Amino acid sequence: MTIKNGFWRRFCRNKGAVIGLAVLVIAALVAILGPWLAPNDPWDMVERPFLAPMGGPGMLLGTDTLGRDILSGVIHGTRVSLLIGLISTVVSLLIGVSLGAMSGYFGGWIDAALMRFTELFQAIPSFALAIVLVAVFEPSLGSIIAAISLVSWPPVARLVRGEFLTLRQRDFVAAALLAGQSTPRIILTQILPNAISPIIVMGSLMIASAILLESSLSFLGLGDPNAMSWGYMVGSARTVLLQAWWMAVFPGLAIVLTVLAFNLVGEGLNDGLNARADGRTK
Amino acid sequence: MKRLQFMSIRVLQGIAALLVIATINFMLIRAAPGDPVSVMAGEAGASDPQFVAQLRAQFGLDQPLGTQLMNYLGHVVQLDLGFSYRQQQPVLDLILDRLPATLLLTGSAFALSILLGVVLGAYAARRAGTWVDSLTTVVALVFYATPLYWLALMAVLLFSIKLGWLPAFGYITVGSGMTGFALAMDIAAHLVLPAVTLALFYMAVYARMTRASMLEVAQMDFVKTARAKGVRPGRIQRAHILRNALLPVITLAGIQAGGMIGGAVLTETVFAWPGIGRLMFDALLQRDYNLLLGCFLVTAAMAVLFNLITDLAYTLVDPRIEL
Repeated sequence: MTIKNGFWRRFCRNKGAVIGLAVLVIAALVAILGPWLAPNDPWDMVERPFLAPMGGPGMLLGTDTLGRDILSGVIHGTRVSLLIGLISTVVSLLIGVSLGAMSGYFGGWIDAALMRFTELFQAIPSFALAIVLVAVFEPSLGSIIAAISLVSWPPVARLVRGEFLTLRQRDFVAAALLAGQSTPRIILTQILPNAISPIIVMGSLMIASAILLESSLSFLGLGDPNAMSWGYMVGSARTVLLQAWWMAVFPGLAIVLTVLAFNLVGEGLNDGLNARADGRTK
Repeated sequence: MKRLQFMSIRVLQGIAALLVIATINFMLIRAAPGDPVSVMAGEAGASDPQFVAQLRAQFGLDQPLGTQLMNYLGHVVQLDLGFSYRQQQPVLDLILDRLPATLLLTGSAFALSILLGVVLGAYAARRAGTWVDSLTTVVALVFYATPLYWLALMAVLLFSIKLGWLPAFGYITVGSGMTGFALAMDIAAHLVLPAVTLALFYMAVYARMTRASMLEVAQMDFVKTARAKGVRPGRIQRAHILRNALLPVITLAGIQAGGMIGGAVLTETVFAWPGIGRLMFDALLQRDYNLLLGCFLVTAAMAVLFNLITDLAYTLVDPRIEL
């Protein structure tokens, strides 16, 4: 996709989006450089348990119930959150875009059947379904990503269907049909590129909700047992909240910041990619 | 009786959705680790093949999968959700025991989130572009990005531990022996924190939706007409703009209802609220799959019910319902 003229100008006019992007760049760096940045292994007992923040040399955020360094845990958690957020969003975009594109392009009974299927999926409480899926298939990175993707695609399918319904009627599609292009080619090279902007915006918002969903699963003890994650840290601090506020506060702040940043960037992308909204006062 | 027709179609769709969910549930029960028969045989302390085969036949597990599914659906229709071997009770009894608490919590959170969201969104839309509007947007954004369980923990930290204003755990003061009005007030005090924390996230969603929707409707021709014929501004806001702007909010509320009911698992876990969510968490800890999937089915049924309620609300706000 070529970035439209003035994308950055419109994106940067949204101050929140710029701040969000800055936070995301930092988060991405932390995720990539995590093992070198973190002072300790997040699973190692490095100090006495229940050490308050600044309570010892190098123990900026204190230790948890097992004496593990919270700062190192938060740094390592970044990687898990971003990874799961990104991959599960890509997977649910793939599902949602395929179903929505077929629905909007072919119309008729295919559309009716696919939309009933989508509505049905939307009627299921997604978090409850995700819990059950991860519990039944045992918590692991794979099952968590699969569960999040499986419960997140319906809004994408509806959005893409709507875009395809209108774009299908446009002259350039008729021209492509006349030129004898195959159906997959028309869908992928003619219509999809024209529908990509709202999909990108929705994608960035979906990463945010995927991160929230992953952290909620880990909070309930359904995280990957081999990965230190923010939700798990808050979850294990739940019962000792009265004695040790810091164990729950810092990982939670990391989640809020990251999710907020993705939402803000999503809004900026919307401003930037939507040239028609240019000049309209907010 | 167009409304009746509309609602009966919705009810039928809801029932169809529940049957499909029950089918998914059946497949998940099959996929769950630990075949129920070997679990039972293990608990009976016997593992001889003949006994296991006998158990299989007794529970219909030797029949083709299609027949098993039909049997399962037949049981579900009769509200038989199986037996929890850990708690030694039928799953349905365990759930019914917890149902009132969950309905109280999700119902009040649902109403609260819509009420607060619409009021906040309408207020922001009316003062669009001012600092009040910006502040509302920021507050909505922050709540939208905050994990439900973390918000709940922070609320406990602030309002129960630091300030001591509200009880943090359970739903009645244990051993107080209160009755009547005092008991109702006690439950209400315990309800405040769980209901508000569950509502705030969705309040943020509805506030943003209401604001955007009101600004859009305000541009429409019929609003200009109303203004031109001299209708008072306050009446335009309420009767013309807000009423029409509410429609997408109600649709959204219907879609989000399932999310809120699922979210109750988190709030109930944090606040030790004795509802289905908490039951689901306990089932999770004990790897009690029968109970877990029973809870899931009932949660889905509740979501379908909340959807029907929003459909009904929709027909009340907009008499021109179309299907």
